[in-house]
Amino acid sequence: MMRHLISAADLTRDDAVLILDTAEEMARVADRPIKKLPTLRGRTICNLFFEDSTRTRISFEAAEKRLSADVINFAAKGSSVSKGESLKDTAQTLEAMGVDAVVIRHGASGAPYRLATSGWIDAPVVNAGDGTHQHPTQALLDAFTMRRRLVGRDEGLGKDLNGRRITLVGDVLHSRVARSNVDLLHTLGAEVTLVAPPTLVPVGVETWPCEISYDLDSVLPKSDAVMMLRVQRERMNAAFFPTEREYSRRYGLDGDRMAKMPEHAIVMHPGPMVRGMEITAEVADSDRCTVIEQVANGVSIRMAVLYLLLGGNDSAATAPSTTRTEESK
Amino acid sequence: MDAQQYSDDARPVLEAPDIARVLTRIAHEIVERAKGADDVVLLGIPTRGVYLARRLAEKLESITGAKIPVGSLDITMYRDDLRLKPARAIGRTEIPGDGIDGRLVVLVDDVLFSGRTIRAALDALGDIGRPRAVQLAVLVDRGHRELPIRADYVGKNLPTSLRETVKVQLAEEDGRDTVLLGTRTAS
Repeated sequence: MMRHLISAADLTRDDAVLILDTAEEMARVADRPIKKLPTLRGRTICNLFFEDSTRTRISFEAAEKRLSADVINFAAKGSSVSKGESLKDTAQTLEAMGVDAVVIRHGASGAPYRLATSGWIDAPVVNAGDGTHQHPTQALLDAFTMRRRLVGRDEGLGKDLNGRRITLVGDVLHSRVARSNVDLLHTLGAEVTLVAPPTLVPVGVETWPCEISYDLDSVLPKSDAVMMLRVQRERMNAAFFPTEREYSRRYGLDGDRMAKMPEHAIVMHPGPMVRGMEITAEVADSDRCTVIEQVANGVSIRMAVLYLLLGGNDSAATAPSTTRTEESK
Repeated sequence: MDAQQYSDDARPVLEAPDIARVLTRIAHEIVERAKGADDVVLLGIPTRGVYLARRLAEKLESITGAKIPVGSLDITMYRDDLRLKPARAIGRTEIPGDGIDGRLVVLVDDVLFSGRTIRAALDALGDIGRPRAVQLAVLVDRGHRELPIRADYVGKNLPTSLRETVKVQLAEEDGRDTVLLGTRTAS
């Protein structure tokens, strides 16, 4: 297992399956009366959020607390960052305070990579979304949800998504979720198709390990899972499609379109959903929609990632063995 | 399991028939001490403790005629040496449907050594429920305890030195039943 989680593309198949399997065990903790493990007791994790996020921050915080870590929440708004402090200064402050891991969300693509590789801070870095670049724990929780629904909860252990056909629909251009998912799903052996208006397809997409289509209706009957992406108006600085109505007519998912999907196929959405535009209420509230499950699975995945990054000490692997090894019975 | 080098001269101290015999004895001891096995729940500690727990459950069933709930209890997340070693893969925790509240839980493991695994198991149990009592059954007790913990049922007491290694092999995992005593080599 690597030291940081910056991009879904960094994960090997074995790493990804290990995280999914570990998350499956973590999910069992949520069913217990006491939803807490002592694993990261005495470790301090800082959630460094330079960009607004409620869902992801709460999810990380829940995961950290379930592993008994001490949590520091840092929101850039109202902090010294608004007074002009740089990422470097913030990182060095955290290092001086002895933080054991940093979960970072930043509006600039590449900020987590910079934090992890600059030497400003020695702790593992987890990317919780950077600009339009990556959101690896989101991709992992999506893959976890797909494996549970399409392969099975217990049957899925140790398995990937080999041969499953996954369709991602909507604003690919601005979506870090789409980038992360394409990378991870490809690693896990799935066939990915992107469906988007031509204006919302990024330059260079032909180098991505996926297919591109502009016609949702022709792709739906062949899909095992359809993931609707949010139209990110806050990142749009120009008109990318004529009207919401037209977008909705061509790329929105309604009941009629859902009926074209195979019986077993599921509908996913990373949230927050804009009902009526990318997805209708009828679809969002149906049994096939996994949005709520995705939220629950997010906590398990983040517990698994934090455990695997922080639960052990890699340097010990090369240290000479002490007298008490042999499983320390 | 840790990467552990076992020397070639490891010699068997228990063979398949011995293991079957000591498990039968332990099953009888459990029935005797629990006055039947009505409220007994067997929880094996992964990996090999789980197989031993299943074998014990079968033997208890043949003695008492009653079905004995059996599960597994992974203690990885409760270890006190997590920070000293690379992150380990988590094993399976499966608690029988009726839970462990008010039951007599018998923890089952292959080797009892420092006692730290059992300490972690007791912590894990506390988060899952409140058993009436907890007992411990092990196939081999090799000594060198670092905590005030002892087993209620021992298959074989095996006095060892710290330079020696004890390796339990079970048919379900390793293809054969045996307990090997070897000397530690540099790993």
